[in-house]
Amino acid sequence: MATKTFKIPEALEGLGSHGCCQGCGHGIAARIIYEVIEEMGLTKNCIAFHDLACGSNMLYAQKYHGFSGAHGRAIPTATGFKRTRPDMLVFSYAGDGATYSIGMQHTVHTAMRDENITAIVINNTNFGMTGGQMSPTSLIGQKTTSSPAGRTKELNGNPVDVVKLYTDMDIAYLARGAVDSVPNINKTKNYIRKAFAKQMAGEGFSFVEILAPCPTNWGMTPAQSLERMQNEVFKKYELGEFIERSAK
Amino acid sequence: MVKITYDAERCKGCHYCVSACPKKCVTPTGEFNAKGYEIVKFNEADCIACGSCYTMCPDYAITIVKED
Repeated sequence: MATKTFKIPEALEGLGSHGCCQGCGHGIAARIIYEVIEEMGLTKNCIAFHDLACGSNMLYAQKYHGFSGAHGRAIPTATGFKRTRPDMLVFSYAGDGATYSIGMQHTVHTAMRDENITAIVINNTNFGMTGGQMSPTSLIGQKTTSSPAGRTKELNGNPVDVVKLYTDMDIAYLARGAVDSVPNINKTKNYIRKAFAKQMAGEGFSFVEILAPCPTNWGMTPAQSLERMQNEVFKKYELGEFIERSAK
Repeated sequence: MVKITYDAERCKGCHYCVSACPKKCVTPTGEFNAKGYEIVKFNEADCIACGSCYTMCPDYAITIVKED
């Protein structure tokens, strides 16, 4: 008898809600990460390093190892752990504010050192938990609580695109996915699988950015926020795999 | 046979499942859970167990089991 089952990974079972807002992309992103971990058989041999703010909601929604360090320092904390426990799957989970603003030096320097960890970044083009302020990835013209008239190049500068930032970096893997639709979620899951596989093979730094909706701070319904991603965000932030270094 | 388990209390009423379903098996009910979110209902008879609603659900409210 053939059976097909769609069920959340064991690491997320039996716990309360992760506490994210209605329609938030964090829940989908975390679920596909733990689905990949379960498929790889690493559920009890992995550790997540969460950032503060919305990224840390997931710390209380999964059963196994997790740690939350100082704000913006999820990547270097993961680096330290990986150096002492190279046998474990180590990944950082942070938002765009933490990765490209507060922790930008670590984002750049970890790639320069080609550390053997995986960094997962949820990019929702604003600082979510603190009230929807402008982040380094907010689009030109995007209205936020700290740019009520819309972001301008003259006053606020251009948004940062990690693909362009990492153009000349010698790292193992760089991809950008999204959680706006079933096809993109499945592709993103594949990117995460490749990133984790490269880490476990000791190939170096792997980085996956995941574009996510933030209906609460974008002032939209969940359905409208998915439309905004498809009509505006994808035009600025292209999806796909950008760096894939062959094994050393 | 498809069996869908829906935890209405976990649901936050984003209705991503409603727009993701290719067979239009998921529909809003007009009823609300304890947190005040509008919940949905599933038509298991027409469900093809593609997993689209499960994949889009940010709140882990849906489990699907298909047995042939």
